[in-house]
Amino acid sequence: MRQALLLLLLLWPGSAGAAEPLIADLTSHFVAITTGFTGADVVLFGATDAPSDVIVVVRGPIRDAVVRRKSKVAGLWMNTREVTFTGVPSYYAVYSTRPLDEIMPPAMRTLHDIGLANLRLGVGRPDRSAQEAALFRDALIRQRRQQGLYAEATGGFNVLNGELFHLTLAFPAAVPTGNYTVQIFLVRGQRIVAAQTSPLYISQAGIDAEVDDFARRSALGYGFAAVAMAALVGWLSSLPFRHA
Amino acid sequence: MDIYLPIAAMSQDVFVLLTLGGAVGFLSGVFGVGGGFLLTPLLIFIGVPHAVAVASSANQVVGASVAGALAHWRRGNIDFQMAIVLLIGGFAGSAAGVSIFALLRRIGQIDLTISLAYAVLLGTLGSLMLAESSRAMLRLRGAGAGRRKLHQHTWLHGLPFKMRFRRSKLYISALLPLSLGFFVGVLSAVMGVGGGFVMVPAMIYLLGMPTAVVPGTSLFQIIFVAASVTVLQAVENTSVDAVLALVLLLGGVIGAQLGTRFGTLLRGEQLRALLALLVLAVAAKLVFDLTLHPADPYSLETPGP
Repeated sequence: MRQALLLLLLLWPGSAGAAEPLIADLTSHFVAITTGFTGADVVLFGATDAPSDVIVVVRGPIRDAVVRRKSKVAGLWMNTREVTFTGVPSYYAVYSTRPLDEIMPPAMRTLHDIGLANLRLGVGRPDRSAQEAALFRDALIRQRRQQGLYAEATGGFNVLNGELFHLTLAFPAAVPTGNYTVQIFLVRGQRIVAAQTSPLYISQAGIDAEVDDFARRSALGYGFAAVAMAALVGWLSSLPFRHA
Repeated sequence: MDIYLPIAAMSQDVFVLLTLGGAVGFLSGVFGVGGGFLLTPLLIFIGVPHAVAVASSANQVVGASVAGALAHWRRGNIDFQMAIVLLIGGFAGSAAGVSIFALLRRIGQIDLTISLAYAVLLGTLGSLMLAESSRAMLRLRGAGAGRRKLHQHTWLHGLPFKMRFRRSKLYISALLPLSLGFFVGVLSAVMGVGGGFVMVPAMIYLLGMPTAVVPGTSLFQIIFVAASVTVLQAVENTSVDAVLALVLLLGGVIGAQLGTRFGTLLRGEQLRALLALLVLAVAAKLVFDLTLHPADPYSLETPGP
């Protein structure tokens, strides 16, 4: 499959060595989360006009995130401080052919929001000292990395002829649903020479999507349906013992 | 084989869930308890978010208590009049409980409250049961000792709004079952339990109901309290995972039947001591989690869209 795609790219009129310095696309722009979902792989493939570095940034839908810190109160660990960040990407992964600091100067990475160190989070509420805010920010990134929702990876690219590449984007089971963007940067001599953005949509599908949709859209009806389902199972389970 | 839980937004091994439901159903078959009080902490241990664990347990309790109540109804062991008065209190209590739940969730203290409530309740319950069953095993109880007087007058009998409950042969103030129902309704909403383990002793010792009608009446009113908690949690907190509840129920159906058969093979006080140790172990785990230095003092929550 992948070989076939690469072959197709190779034969694409005006691909390698032509006017376009970068052509890339995903094998699929839609990931369906179904009942047996344990994560998904999406393959990105592309061609460049000359050997160069590639950076891929995958960004999930923007949400709020509340970070809480526990401290010991009367012998119990309880949440005592919290910071709400607005405009936090729910998923963020960076893949690069070589370590980021070797490819691109820091100012450029900050400008294009590339790398976890440069991740732009919205304002934190309530206001905390810069030092404390940084601790909460670090905690958010640490937690998301542990959940596999934030990642920074070097290598992982399969390169052919120095000009064709493909990369597997691996999404974990707990991947948030919504609209994603996949940005592909072509970097040469510390400068971005070409960039491309590809959309990706991750959504629940089948029964799960219907349950989730039902629960959010008509919460009251869903509540009654859940009760009816449970009562029915309870009643059915008592039937074989009616005459006991 | 993994199954994706749409509201919890996570994958869980379906066999783990079936086993969990089966184990809790087995216990309820053996001991005649609802088992909700073990289900919620166990779901939390396997990583289901606290809020979803509580709300989905309430949903599971509906099914489990329908099955139980039907068996008692066929034997005529339900005091419907008492159940209705308890229910009026129970509905008010569950509404209050769900609002408290939503408030605690907003200020970030829901996990602590649930764990703490469970630690206290299971710790107390486990100790009492262990003490009682070891006394029974040591045969310290003389024959005939501990028989209650048929009727004892306390200040509780001086309360106004007296009502006659024919099936239970009682003439007591309606305020008693109303407030009992309210209290258990709050517990049910905050902890996702049916509350049978509080309701049953209170019915016997506080209300003075005859033992024969206690389990049936308790189960019957639990159906409706748990149902109202499920609906209110769905509306207020979108935290009821019906897929999770269904898998747990299916496991529970099988477990309950096995448990009922197994229960007749073992001696009562040994069974109760076993259950007591199990309950204490769960309480101890909760206490450790609350008091030991957490691996990471920071936690992250992403409010739903």
